Amino acid sequence: MLRDITLGQYYPAKSRIHQLDARVKIIGTLLYIVDLFVVQDFIGFAVLGAALAAVLVLARVPMGYIFRGLKPILLILIFTFFLNLFMVDGEVIWRIWILKVTKEGLYLALFMSIRLVLLITASSLLTLTTRPISLTDGLERLLSPLNRMGVPTHDIAMMMSIALRFIPTLLAEADKIMKAQQARGADFESGNVFRRGRALIPILIPLFVGAFRIAGDLAMAMEARCYRGGTGRTRMRQSVFGRVDYVALGACLVLFAAAILLRVLY
Amino acid sequence: MSIEVRDLSHIYGQGTPDEQAALQDISFVLHGGEMVALIGHTGSGKSTLVQHLNGLLKPNSGEIIVDGTDIARPGVSMLDIRRHVGLVFQYPEYQLFEETVAKDVAFGPKNLGLDAEEVDHRVREALTLVGLDYEAVKDRSPFDLSGGQKRKAAIAGVVAMRPDILILDEPTAGLDPGSHREIMEMVKRIHDSTRNITIFVTHDMNDVAALADKVLVMSRGRLLTVGSPTEVFSHRTQLSAVGLDVPPLMDLLGDLKEGGLPVRTEIFDLDEAADEICGALKKQKEK
Repeated sequence: MLRDITLGQYYPAKSRIHQLDARVKIIGTLLYIVDLFVVQDFIGFAVLGAALAAVLVLARVPMGYIFRGLKPILLILIFTFFLNLFMVDGEVIWRIWILKVTKEGLYLALFMSIRLVLLITASSLLTLTTRPISLTDGLERLLSPLNRMGVPTHDIAMMMSIALRFIPTLLAEADKIMKAQQARGADFESGNVFRRGRALIPILIPLFVGAFRIAGDLAMAMEARCYRGGTGRTRMRQSVFGRVDYVALGACLVLFAAAILLRVLY
Repeated sequence: MSIEVRDLSHIYGQGTPDEQAALQDISFVLHGGEMVALIGHTGSGKSTLVQHLNGLLKPNSGEIIVDGTDIARPGVSMLDIRRHVGLVFQYPEYQLFEETVAKDVAFGPKNLGLDAEEVDHRVREALTLVGLDYEAVKDRSPFDLSGGQKRKAAIAGVVAMRPDILILDEPTAGLDPGSHREIMEMVKRIHDSTRNITIFVTHDMNDVAALADKVLVMSRGRLLTVGSPTEVFSHRTQLSAVGLDVPPLMDLLGDLKEGGLPVRTEIFDLDEAADEICGALKKQKEK
């Protein structure tokens, strides 16, 4: 049950998108997110949706994977949809009991939902097509100008890659502890919210203790291999911008310019 | 009281591209009072098998009959299964969570719905049985105990549920020789005092030879053989083919026999083996 979480997961495949430089993908995703907030009508969304669909096809990630990533936010999605649907004042088109649906509300509810779905899909596509290592490497290089201002970019990137690396480890650990407590008769599946919350204590405490133990071991292993931060550290894989990377970056910029232009003109 | 497994099969990730048969057609019967060793190479399916025995995993096909009830069927109360079958995982000390040792050991009995008096009684009994001093440890934090003590306290947490079948998955993993011996002595002590079925997973063939009445040998998800230690260890070449050894003593005797010295090989006791070798050498000299 804990293994269903696909947030931040990598899907191994050989595709144009997978092979792009991580920096391009990070910048592209950021620009796309800005696009989503700049655009103000459904025509804009149609264009952005088409662009995302094209990338999806190129990335060769099965649709099932994308939908599974959307599942955890389904509740938030439904909540925002109905909140907008009922709470916005305006021209009433439909009345159920004390609730009224307005034209503006319907518009906004649809608008927000589409924005949210595109937002999550785009950002999960970034992690699905980029290895955590390349992702943090790319981020480190993008942030490297800040190094001169005293920001410890290498350490931030290292912390991020360790955090990502330990998601599956901690999930496996949680699974093990859960089984051990179930063997002692623990019940996580019945009772009200409070009972279920309390039932988590026998899992969470060993999990925290375990996380500290693993962190201590990792620190020791890194020191034993003479890790001392980013200074003087070289990379195994030197990423170089290729022609495809420039093309992809260009496409993102064109889309971005188009979104801005649309906003300014209308 | 008995446990019977019939044609048990389990497939991991069924329906996905990386589907893999973890267990195939496992069948065996264990009776009350038996001390059973489960051996097999890493990844042979031992841990998967023991998780089936207390309902943590459900088989894709087959039956697991504990005291007349098939626990593989849907609708069987999980709590009921766990009352009968206690499972101690590998590195059980990583599951400790309460403020005091006594409270932690009480977790299982409390989940069974016993009253406070009975719970206290069982905590005291279990801690004593695993070889901890109840008065000395009951109010201490489990995180302050030594490695070996932590493991004993964690095992007490399952023993306190008084299972009819106690399963220990590699109870001595990662322990020093002294603690290793203590834990195995403890397993024997618990078994002798309850006369229940005890199943222990191990890689130590000396423990198998010294303690087990029956040995289950697993290889690649299948049950290779079932038998007494003497029977199982007499197939030295078959065992080494699946990555398992015989106890060092039997190994030595087997080598001597292959080298031409007529000795019996099914001996688990050091003194007896020494006598056997001396006797054989004497006979050879006389000839």
